[in-house]
Parts: sequence; structure tokens; C-alpha cells
Amino acid sequence: MKEYRYDFPMFNNNIIYLDNGATTFKPNSVIDAVNDYYKNYSANAHRGDYTISYKVDVNYENARKKVADFINAEFEEVVFTSGTTESLNMIVNGFFKKLLEPGDEVLITKSEHASNVLPWFKLAKETNIKISYIELDENLHVTIENLINSVNERTKVISIAGITNVVGDERPIDEICKFAHANNIFVVIDGAQLVPHKKVDVKKSDIDFLAFSGHKMCGPTGIGVLYGKKEFLDKLEPINMGGGMNESFDSENEVYLKELPNRLEAGTPNIAGAIGLGAAVDYLSKIGMNNIFNYEKKLKSYLVDKLIKLSYIDIINLESDSGIVSFNIDGIFSQDVAFYLNKYNICVRAGNHCAKILKKETGIKNSIRVSLYFYNTYEEIDKLVELLSDKEKIMKEMI
Amino acid sequence: MDNEFKREIILENFQHPFNKDGNDELNYEKVNSNNESCIDNIDIYVNIKNNTIEDIRFNGEACAISTASTSIMLKNIINKSVKDSIKYIENFMNMVNELEYDENLLNEAVAFTEIYKQQNRKTCVTLPYIGILKILKKYDKQ
Ligand SMILES: Cc1ncc(COP(=O)(O)O)c(C=O)c1O
Repeated sequence: MKEYRYDFPMFNNNIIYLDNGATTFKPNSVIDAVNDYYKNYSANAHRGDYTISYKVDVNYENARKKVADFINAEFEEVVFTSGTTESLNMIVNGFFKKLLEPGDEVLITKSEHASNVLPWFKLAKETNIKISYIELDENLHVTIENLINSVNERTKVISIAGITNVVGDERPIDEICKFAHANNIFVVIDGAQLVPHKKVDVKKSDIDFLAFSGHKMCGPTGIGVLYGKKEFLDKLEPINMGGGMNESFDSENEVYLKELPNRLEAGTPNIAGAIGLGAAVDYLSKIGMNNIFNYEKKLKSYLVDKLIKLSYIDIINLESDSGIVSFNIDGIFSQDVAFYLNKYNICVRAGNHCAKILKKETGIKNSIRVSLYFYNTYEEIDKLVELLSDKEKIMKEMI
Repeated sequence: MDNEFKREIILENFQHPFNKDGNDELNYEKVNSNNESCIDNIDIYVNIKNNTIEDIRFNGEACAISTASTSIMLKNIINKSVKDSIKYIENFMNMVNELEYDENLLNEAVAFTEIYKQQNRKTCVTLPYIGILKILKKYDKQ
């Protein structure tokens, strides 16, 4: 996978970037697609009667088609948003707020990202629905048995990450959807850490709603996707009202909205972002999602096998199978390790990674997180491990 | 003072912090200092009587710099009057902000005299100071 590094100008900066869970670098093809829009056909969408605006329409909707194909969705089931966070908020407030009744239950877990917790907390306050948690097993994973045990007749929604951002465990989505649908329960998947790393087929998995972000999959910031089955998206009430999404309006009683997906994209969209995301999807598809997933798994095992030999390192998520490794060094605060590695141009994340309720579950408040992507190399891992192999050196150089 | 010695002061205060045993049972006034951009989270417990800091303790999870900075700050203001403590803190903040300051008032805090060079560690050093200053100012007015 090393050959792909040449596509990424960020690597000219001599950085070892191991914080791909936060965001990813962008290949030239994505940067060029964005630049091409700004330089050569910078017009608005959906409203021009001239050539360059027509080209915007074509390329913007083409990007939607690419994203739809990427996750095997229908064209009108892909709504562009600003990212996972906005997508999840739209799902919660535009769809479930109307549908759920007081006493209904939403199942999440203690290892969800804030974006999949706080919108539900807010809804619970407003409407008296109940938030419950699927119990995690000893590896902090979700098992079907625990899921079944957490469901009762008031359970209406299961809203969980496909892959979590601290533990890096992959949830058995296909089985979860199967069980949920047999019991009339909706499934919302936070795909922020899943879609960039593994092939997702919304039809095969039978996912009801899926949210993900462009910037975590080589795309631009500020663009993301809300996928929903058409029958559900049709009922999703737009939170934003404005131009581009209405058919006509005369008075407050006569407002007619457009069809999907434009109905849910009020205002001038993030045109450059969408076109860039289209290019990112092309790029990832060319490499192949299976190649990406398998390579990251190998790279992760390589790292874990080395870290495990260091007695003062405690790996929190040994059993997980994504490219995320979370660990702590005995007696050293996680952020100090990050500062130390930064002196060698190595970027890792320290902290609670926006999963604040996890700390109650694990007793671990903070950790160092290495999150890999296909462009990371064995040599980079070697360098990281070399720097972590000398605790004295860390203590000496962290301040 | 050479950097090696400064480093030792910081490390010593990180590994053996002064009065890092604060808790709610003390019934002291408590102030939490946390910082979203870094992940430090420190509670400081202070008992002020007759305008003097009779006791001050802390607890929490924080990086080496924050922990050491808190430890040193506590040593420097315990048993001092509110006025002198504020004077110490303002002098320290001047040092961090590259303004004029009196090195003689710093004691062990001299370990941080070059910390401004590392922008991303400035917040760590000042973390304990910001919270405690609020409390002290309140007493100063009384
Ligand atoms: C699991 C998970 N969900 C949601 C998000 C939020 O994504 P964004 O900030 O792009 O909206 C993240 C990103 O950190 C994440 O890792």
C-alpha cells in the first residue's frame, strides 16, 4: 500500500500520521477536484441557466451517484450534510422526534461518540423517551446475546456505531438489523469509523439509517452523508427550510417541498465538498475497500504484537479488529506521551476521544489512540515502537 | 539554571506532588480547572481563614506539566495571605505571558520560565492558576 503515499502531499511534511480516526489526509485527486470546481466552474447548483452552472449540477449529482454506489444505496437515498454529526441530529430530530412516544426506548452503548449520544439525550429530555444501554462484554464489544437481553417491548431504536472510535470494535450489523427488524426496531448506524475502512452495503445489511463524514475517508471537511431507506427519508422532516428544497410557496399554508434528496438540502450546498467526496470515493474504490480493511488489520496486528512485549504498556482494546489501538503507559499521562511523540513528528491522539461515558464503564479516563489508515506503513510502526520502547527516554523528553 | 535541573523539578513534582490528596470530605472551597483542548482535569480544595490560605490541596488527572505546576503553586501559596498569593499568581502569569516579572518570587516555579516557547504547553502550566485566582479575588474584595 506504500505506493499510495505519493498521492498525498501531506506526506511531503515528513509526518507520521496516526490519528486517522480524527481525520485523514487528502490525495491529489480530491484536492484537484475541489480546486477544479473553484477555478473552472465556480457557480451555484440547481439554478443556473448557463454552462458552468449546468456543469455544477451534473458534477454535484454525479458525486451523489458515486456515494450511492459506494454503499449500494439508491440515488435519492443519499443526502449531503456537513458530516456525521449533522446527519445523526437530522435523524434524531427530523424522524424519531415525531415517531417516538413517551416511554419508548432507544438503545445505545457506553462506547458511543458524543454525536450519537447527545442528540438522543436532548430528545429524551424533550419527549420523555428513555435511553438504555446495551451491556458491553468483557472486551467492551456488543454481542447479539447482550443485545437481545437489552430489548423490551418499548425498544424502538438501536443507534450504535458500526466501528467505535476508542475501542475500535466492529459491531455485527447484519445480525443486529435482522434481529431488530424482526422485532419492529429501527437501526441507526454511526458509520464515521466504519465507512472509511470497510465495504458497507446498506441493502445487504438492511440498515435503516447510516451517517458518515467525508473527511475521515480522504474527502474534504464539511461534507458528510445521511443515508436512509427511501420510505423513512420521505417521512424525515427537514430541519432547515429555505431555497433549493421547496417546489413553491404562496402563504404559510401552501408550501410545497421538492422530492428527495433535495427536500433535505436547504440552501446552497457544500458543492466543492460533495465533488471532493465523489473523488474520494473513486479513489478508495480504486484501491478496493477489502484491500484497505485487510491491510489495516495486518498493520494493527503488527503493532499490537510489538506493543504487547512492553511490560509497562496496557492495551485497552486487544480484541478489536479495526485499525485502532488504544493504550496507556504505566505512570505516564496519555497527553504527555502524545507531546513526546510529537517531538518526533508523530501524531497520535490522547484523551477520552469524545466517548465520555465510556470512562465509567472501563475506569479508564484517558488513553493514547493510534488509528491507522491504508497509507500507514510497517516502517512507521517500527519508528513508533522504537520511541515507546524506552520508558526512561519518554520520561525525560515528555517535558 | 540549566534545563536539566528544571526538568528534574518538574518531574519530581509530577511523581511526588505536594498535597495531592484533596477530597470533598474536607469541606473546603473547591474549584475545578479543566481544559477542553487539553484533557487535564484538576480539583483544588482551599481553606481560607482570616484572609490567609490555611490549607490547600488538589486532586485529579493531569499531565506532568499541569500536575507539577499545581504542586508548585500550592507550595508557593499555602500559609500566605490572600493578597500575597494573588501577587505571586500575577507575577507567575506575567512570566508565562512574556511580560516583566520578578524571578525571586517564583521559587520552584522557575522551572517554567521557558515554557512560553512551547505554545501548546502554556495551557497546561496555567491551568491551576486560573481557577484559584477566581476564588482569591472573591476574598480579596471582602
Ligand atoms: C464514531 C464517531 N461518530 C461520530 C463522529 C463525528 O464525526 P464528525 O465530527 O465528522 O461529525 C466521529 C468523529 O470523531 C466518530 O469517530
